[in-house]
Amino acid sequence: MKTPNLSRRRFVIGSAAAGGGLAVGLRVPFVRAQAAAGGATDASEVNVWVAVRPDDTCVIRVARTEMGQGTYTGLAQLVAEELECDWSKVTLEPITPGQNLARKRAWGEMGTGGSRGIRTSQDYVRRGGAVARTMLLQAAADEWQVPAIELTVDKGVITHTPSGRTTTYGKVAAAASKLAPPDAKSLTLKDPKAWKIAGQPMPRLDTLDKLNGKLVYAIDVHLPGMLNAAIRQCPVFGGRLASFDAGKVRRMPGVKDVVKVDDTSVAVVADTWWHAKKALDALPVRWEAGDGARESSATIEARLKEGLDAPEAYRYRSEGDVEAALGSAAKRVEAVYSIPFVAHATMEPMTCTVRYTPQRAECWVSTQNAEASLAALAETTGVPLAQCEAYRHIAGGGFGRRGGNQDYVKQAASIAQHFPGTPVKLIWSREEDMTHDFYRPIAQCRLRAGLDGDGNLVALHARLSGQSINAFVNPASIANGQDKRQLQGWYTEPGDAQLGYTVPNLLLEYAMRNTTVPVGPWRGVNTNQNGVFMECFIEECARAAGRDSLEFRRALLAKHPKHRAVLEAAAEKGGWGKPLPDGVHRGIAQFMGYGSYSAAVAEVSLRDGKLRVHRMVLALDCGHAVNPQQIAAQVEGSVAYGLSSLFYGENTVDGGHMVERNFDAYPVLRLADMPKVETVLLPSYDFWGGVGEPTICVVSPAVLNALMAATGKPVRTLPLRKSGLV
Amino acid sequence: MAKLDINGQVRDIPADPDTPLLWALREQAGLTGTKYGCGIAQCGACSVHVNGRVTRSCSLPISAIKPTDKIVTIEALSPESSHPVQRAWAELDVPQCGYCQSGQIMAAAALLAEKPNPTDADIDKAMTNICRCGTYQRIRAAVHRAARYARAGGQA
Repeated sequence: MKTPNLSRRRFVIGSAAAGGGLAVGLRVPFVRAQAAAGGATDASEVNVWVAVRPDDTCVIRVARTEMGQGTYTGLAQLVAEELECDWSKVTLEPITPGQNLARKRAWGEMGTGGSRGIRTSQDYVRRGGAVARTMLLQAAADEWQVPAIELTVDKGVITHTPSGRTTTYGKVAAAASKLAPPDAKSLTLKDPKAWKIAGQPMPRLDTLDKLNGKLVYAIDVHLPGMLNAAIRQCPVFGGRLASFDAGKVRRMPGVKDVVKVDDTSVAVVADTWWHAKKALDALPVRWEAGDGARESSATIEARLKEGLDAPEAYRYRSEGDVEAALGSAAKRVEAVYSIPFVAHATMEPMTCTVRYTPQRAECWVSTQNAEASLAALAETTGVPLAQCEAYRHIAGGGFGRRGGNQDYVKQAASIAQHFPGTPVKLIWSREEDMTHDFYRPIAQCRLRAGLDGDGNLVALHARLSGQSINAFVNPASIANGQDKRQLQGWYTEPGDAQLGYTVPNLLLEYAMRNTTVPVGPWRGVNTNQNGVFMECFIEECARAAGRDSLEFRRALLAKHPKHRAVLEAAAEKGGWGKPLPDGVHRGIAQFMGYGSYSAAVAEVSLRDGKLRVHRMVLALDCGHAVNPQQIAAQVEGSVAYGLSSLFYGENTVDGGHMVERNFDAYPVLRLADMPKVETVLLPSYDFWGGVGEPTICVVSPAVLNALMAATGKPVRTLPLRKSGLV
Repeated sequence: MAKLDINGQVRDIPADPDTPLLWALREQAGLTGTKYGCGIAQCGACSVHVNGRVTRSCSLPISAIKPTDKIVTIEALSPESSHPVQRAWAELDVPQCGYCQSGQIMAAAALLAEKPNPTDADIDKAMTNICRCGTYQRIRAAVHRAARYARAGGQA
């Protein structure tokens, strides 16, 4: 990878970089993933973000969760940049929600979702680094009895320029920790164009222990005397646990007890998880399925279909007169798209260990929201919040599954209450994980467009019909079905998830049609389906107009230069308009979510009727690029996660329960189907956007549009497996 | 009770004969680097070497393993993470969440032992482990790089 041009950085990161990039050797500092209870013993805490050890090691504290997205490293880079420390001496320390609570939330929000990890904490963590630097310099100045203004610092070495004296952060940290901190707001942060540590493709700080089995995930926790629990939840959503016959399994090897966890689940507790699982498999359980058993994929499909034409719907956006414009259009286009429920299927299934006594409750957990974990623990056990603690582990994937619900923490807490003083580890089987997810919501969309005689788009009507996440997680927040969140990506206002197209007559509507299936955020959330609906339909319009796909979009994006810039960058790098080998076809798409602008070009071919994606170019403007190499990794990951859902992802409902139970019935993308991914970053430095989620919304539409180029026909029902195309 | 040769050490494993090797490793031997992902040999997170061959340990009962069979887990793949595959993985910063990577690394090491100079098609065929973070592009590059290291250093 080339050294970025600092005046206007544009990073192009492709397989070449992945194949021949950084030689970093093996000296990679590693994260102490097991949550430290109180910080490094020999380190002086300069402020909440920075502690320095006598050997100059800088301990940088992090509040957000690491689940693979690289946030630990990115946040440390931002602190270290302002701290002016030696990056090779940085180590990380995740704080706990108990510590955060005890110190009046000094570390701010811990929740990690919505691609917010860096963009919503960048200002205060950079200021935290700047405050610590100021205090460390002041401590040196005090020791030398010189004005602090005469000091400079480079890589943690402080120099008094007039006298040539030097000292280090490690030597002055203890004195610095006793100083009053300056007002963080009064400090001037560096111009990002002058960054030396941030903005650079630093290797991750948490890699080494992921290569040798040493990293302790929540599922690996082992505590003295620990027991293990396996759980079965009512298969039918809305159903209840009626009864179970514990006597049938109580004498099986290792079994300690069979416990009712809550109204919907039962668990076997044993010495080992394997014993617990075996006994659970043998446990006779009766469920009261209730009315939920009547729900099926067919009833849901009919309900959503009805919503497409229902007279009542939430009119989110109405400009001009769509019906009149459609009536007088030279040409009309109409299509109905549909997407299914999809599961997260994190590689580490849901898991949590709890140790409970009436005086204290602790949990060891994979979580995207450690404060919600703590709250779940306190609520379930009745132990006061201040007497609870949650130890976060690096999560084996999150993708939105481990956020606010904390169902598995509540269950583990409930089970552990049967064994006061004894830690109990709950591990969900993959089957429980896949059938009791909070799925990406199901949706259908009818789109209608009118083109004038010159092929310009003059009218656009989108009627979305589908399930609402807010209706499931926070029904009070949406009066009368007016749930704007389901229209993510079609927003009017600038800044986030804004529709880039300007159409004189525009009507965007949402008919909320809920189901018994639990739903929740899934990497990219509603930009996934709304990106497919909008971008594939715009492609259909461009084709109906006889216009080039890029030019048709460029014209509609005239008022939104950032949307247009990423589209053009993807087109340029993707060789839009240039000749392709026989049988290879291109597709293009752009969309916006999580405060960032994304576009993609896909190259595909069909062999024996099967789709093959060869290459994808993704362009992203996320405002500030804190770690270009890690951003590229996220972009590559979004391609894999997006293609998994496009090709295969579908969870179907029968008799009120989920049908697919494991990866045999819910296939996901594997290496052989991974296209070559090239990432173009064009940070514009005037905003802070997200990274983990934004690009996923252009993956599926770019591929579908390439498929349309290959066959001349749109595929409007996902996943492609249903059409026999993969 | 079973006798298993794990990482060069023959150990008595107090587990029922039908216990999958994965759970014997994790719960009896205390080796948690090998992960549970699906339990049906679909995802490969549980991959270990048995007599040098990559094996999905979640679906192999310990009753099917002889005391002379040599089991190697990620913890003992190399001293100081020095195996060419681990070096290449570090240099290309392959892992994201990292949960599947023990299995990916064991699969890659077995591939290189069998095919020191794998083609992309060989990699496609051998590297079937699931990664939900989507590190596949870097895995492919790292396997090629590891192959170069192994050929240069004679170690693999």
